[in-house]
Amino acid sequence: MQELQQIAAESQAAIDAAPDLATLEQLRVDLLGKKGRLTDLLKGLGALSAEERPAAGAKINQVKQQLQAVLNQRKLAMEQAALDAKLAAESIDVTLPGRGQPLGRLHPITQTMERIEAFFTQIGYRVATGPEIEDDYHNFEALNIPAHHPARAMHDTFYIDPSTVLRTHTSPVQVRTMESGESPIRVVCPGRVYRCDSDLTHTPMFHQVEGLLIDRNVSFADLKGTLDQFIKAFFEEELPVRFRPSYFPFTEPSAEVDVQCSSCHGAGCRVCGQSGWLEILGCGMVHPKVLEMSGIDPNEFTGFAFGMGVERLAMLRYRVNDLRLFFDNDLRFLRQF
Amino acid sequence: MKLSEVWLREWVEPAIDSNALAAQLTMAGLEVDGIEPAGEPLGGVVVGEIVGCEPHPDADKLRVCQVAFGGAAPAQVVCGAPNARVGIKVPFATVGALLPDNFKIKKAKLRGVESFGMLCAQQELGLGDASDGLWELAGDAPTGTELAGYLSLDDTIIEIDLTPNRGDCLSVRGLAREIGTLNSAVVTEPSWPAVAVGHQQQIAVELQAPEGCGRYCGRVVDGVDLHRPTPLWMQERLRRAGVRSLGPAVDVTNYVLLELGQPMHAFDAAKLSGPIVVRFGRDEKLALLDDSEVQVDSETLVIADDNGPLAIAGVMGGAASAVSDATTRIVLESAWFNPLTIAGKARRYGKHTDSSHRFERGVDPQLQRLALERASALLIEIAGGSAGPIVEMASEQHLPVAAEITLRRARLAQQLGIELPASEVDAMLARLGLEPLASDETSSRWRAPSWRFDIAIEQDLIEEVARIHGYNNLPTSTPSVALAIAANPEGQRSLAEIRQPLLARGYSEAITYSFVDPATQQQVAPQLAAIAVQNPISAEMAVMRTNLWVGLLGAASYNLKRQQPRVRLFEAGQYFIADPSEPTGRSQRQALAGLICGARLPESWNGGRDKVDFYDLKGDVEALLAPIAGELEFGAIDGGEQPALHPGQAARIVVNGERVGYLGALHPTLYKPLGISQPVYLFTVEQSALGLRPVASFEPLSNQPAVRRDLAFTLPSSVAAGELLATAKAAAGQWLTELTLFDLYEPKVADNQQENSSKSIAIGLTFQDRERTLADEQIDDAVAAVVAAVAEQHAGALRG
Repeated sequence: MQELQQIAAESQAAIDAAPDLATLEQLRVDLLGKKGRLTDLLKGLGALSAEERPAAGAKINQVKQQLQAVLNQRKLAMEQAALDAKLAAESIDVTLPGRGQPLGRLHPITQTMERIEAFFTQIGYRVATGPEIEDDYHNFEALNIPAHHPARAMHDTFYIDPSTVLRTHTSPVQVRTMESGESPIRVVCPGRVYRCDSDLTHTPMFHQVEGLLIDRNVSFADLKGTLDQFIKAFFEEELPVRFRPSYFPFTEPSAEVDVQCSSCHGAGCRVCGQSGWLEILGCGMVHPKVLEMSGIDPNEFTGFAFGMGVERLAMLRYRVNDLRLFFDNDLRFLRQF
Repeated sequence: MKLSEVWLREWVEPAIDSNALAAQLTMAGLEVDGIEPAGEPLGGVVVGEIVGCEPHPDADKLRVCQVAFGGAAPAQVVCGAPNARVGIKVPFATVGALLPDNFKIKKAKLRGVESFGMLCAQQELGLGDASDGLWELAGDAPTGTELAGYLSLDDTIIEIDLTPNRGDCLSVRGLAREIGTLNSAVVTEPSWPAVAVGHQQQIAVELQAPEGCGRYCGRVVDGVDLHRPTPLWMQERLRRAGVRSLGPAVDVTNYVLLELGQPMHAFDAAKLSGPIVVRFGRDEKLALLDDSEVQVDSETLVIADDNGPLAIAGVMGGAASAVSDATTRIVLESAWFNPLTIAGKARRYGKHTDSSHRFERGVDPQLQRLALERASALLIEIAGGSAGPIVEMASEQHLPVAAEITLRRARLAQQLGIELPASEVDAMLARLGLEPLASDETSSRWRAPSWRFDIAIEQDLIEEVARIHGYNNLPTSTPSVALAIAANPEGQRSLAEIRQPLLARGYSEAITYSFVDPATQQQVAPQLAAIAVQNPISAEMAVMRTNLWVGLLGAASYNLKRQQPRVRLFEAGQYFIADPSEPTGRSQRQALAGLICGARLPESWNGGRDKVDFYDLKGDVEALLAPIAGELEFGAIDGGEQPALHPGQAARIVVNGERVGYLGALHPTLYKPLGISQPVYLFTVEQSALGLRPVASFEPLSNQPAVRRDLAFTLPSSVAAGELLATAKAAAGQWLTELTLFDLYEPKVADNQQENSSKSIAIGLTFQDRERTLADEQIDDAVAAVVAAVAEQHAGALRG
């Protein structure tokens, strides 16, 4: 039993001193392997008497378990140290910038247009598009704007030939929708439109989103409610909205919609020309003649239409101060959106 | 339209101030663009009388005037105006006076002579355009009075932007009616007794085109003296309306136009020959008042005499028959021209006038006689003379008939979303001048007043009720609709979905004009027939784009010039091509195009030094096309097929056998003209080709092992990789699941050795069956078939 004491003491010291996992493993084999010293001691139990054997066996096993635990503990510690060393060696500078293409940006006009579309598609409108070179009938006649109507002066029209124009609004898409016989109608028509005008506040091409709802029993109150909600949703602010009588040949009653200036909240500033209000929408109840011309019975169906300039809304929303920036496509501008 | 508020208030006097009135008009649909004072306060500016005028001792052009202005003694003023002379009364800015633009008058010394104040021209006071001399005031102007008081400058000019349907409001009378209606205020229509007829000279009038002129009233006013000045009050009212004073005859017609809304014309009777005929033009020449000459066509209504046309009816008078200072006998014209006849004529001849503006929108057909009486009285009051009898020719059948309209109460309530009391509605319509014809529980019937030619149908009455009640006093609701689920086909891709790979790959979206420079487009796409804009905004925007590259190249050039090292842009939009095979003669289709240029990656510690090349672009295009349904091929282009691209670095994109786009390097000859100095790569794809994708259909996964075999071939350089892959794929048989090209070696060869050069391509073939493990012999057979096919079709051999 003296040998057992000696083995325990020696081994404990050797385990503590083992420099690496291989040495540790060798120690384990030397002690606990098939030919290990403790194994040999156990084998030697047979030489003892039956009375001595249980006590001696118990002692040997106790030392064996004790050393096994020490070995395991030492092994875990070494593995952890090795891992720690490996991790430390592998660490990199995570503040260096990443590799690859930065994301591209959508044009602010597209973002604004699609945002507007989304407000309406989530309440059941469908997006409709149409040709940009349009015939006179769909751009004017079908909208109750006959040739030489003074309202044509409101549209400085680009002509391709005497009966073909660059659409001055996206309303022809509404006409085409009405002609298709769809019922009820709930569409928004986004797209490019063209007017022969170019100065600080006009570009010869710009974008509109127009909307049309036709159903039984649609009223002016419905129009007001729809646009009031839209404007508040668009600006994400409870801004006062007012409806001002106006004139469009294709709607009656017609209105211009003003929203309180979001820059000065009505006090008057440069953005709103000191008026406190910003004109942002035109709208009205679809004129009975327009319904008739597209084959819809105005006594059965009524509806409303509205239209807005996307550039204007984008300028207000993002505080862009120069309209022409939208068409320069300067990457320094585009990356801001 | 601008008008004096004081003038307006002579007709109607609502108990609200200028600002409230402006707000009220705006909210009634008559948008007030501005209200401004009729003039600056002009403190210290008085009516002065020149009582002495001597030449300046040391300056030829200056004079030394003595000006009486109510002070104890006249003031000495040095003045350079050519019309300075003794006896005239002129505005006199005394020392300390404040003129517009904060110009303060001080004592001064001019060429050694002291000057105490300034004698003024109209322009210097902000009261008109005249700047060619002192403003000569009327002889009875009280010397020493404050000029602002004398001119009644305590007035406001209201500027209103009227919509085309409200031609009835283009006058003091019309606006007064509207204000009366809005305020329930009484409109005082002045009553003017008919002018006494002083002689019997008459003009003969023939209405040869009554469809264009339903009524023509004329009269001779004889013995006028047009040297007499227009009274200041009239000049001022005209000025406040933005109309220049041009002598009593023209001023009177303009005044009546502003007051009543009836455009009029004055002819010099001495220059007329034979009866006045209202007819259509006969392609005759006509010299107009503005010194221009036009050819009046058969659609243009003219006023003519025996010698030909005198005026374009309702638009502008002729020079030959115009009144001058010397005119003593005048024919005044007051007519009703059909808006449809006048419409468009002003624009055709480029002569937009106050007259055409009103006739195009409609003039009250019952107004002509009244206006003529009013003008005669004013003219005689100013210029003397006497009036002859009024000659009136009318064609009742060609005059508008006041509409009779039924308003259904239920319809009104439905449209506005509110049931207004019938009595309230009836009162509103009556205030607007509508005449009640009948009324019961369900409806009322009305006759529109002669001046409201825009009121013709029930909806017009609904609008009027909404407007007078106030849009903002009407209720608000939201439409209720059936919650039907709309179709949303999974096989269709939205533009948002299509463009997603481009955004992920660093392309930003550009929006360029749809009209482009014809010269640039001719260089980029000479093979496509462009559609011209008839009236372009500029020569650089004269044709519609036939492709999206012209705009993108412009945007790239713009950014490169602003030191952007990398440009990655795309655009989605329509392009337009003249196409005689289409019924309309043109096609307009939607495409998605992109452009890259500069470094492959942003400048960085780990890259950004390599420039983009064709394969960067191709990778982007492949990503764009990856999700779509169909068989995709890229093929080299034929000569001249795509002139914008380098013929050796360009490919045609084919989906399901149909050509849907191109990609490649910009043609070397285009860099200079486009102002671009670094390599640019472009693509374009029809949006229709990108719009469909397959709806997924599951195939069970194989649990059998996959076997890969790699083959390296030596081939003639002329064999395209795509051809080799196609051959290998076709020969490899049914178990081939994947085919990759993983190595390429092309030795550099001298130019003269190119024909016989070769290259090496390595491909990897992966075989797998779903049901069973493939035997080695099966795979060997497949590989042998590939090797044989490559040898046969491309003279390729396995590399040793």
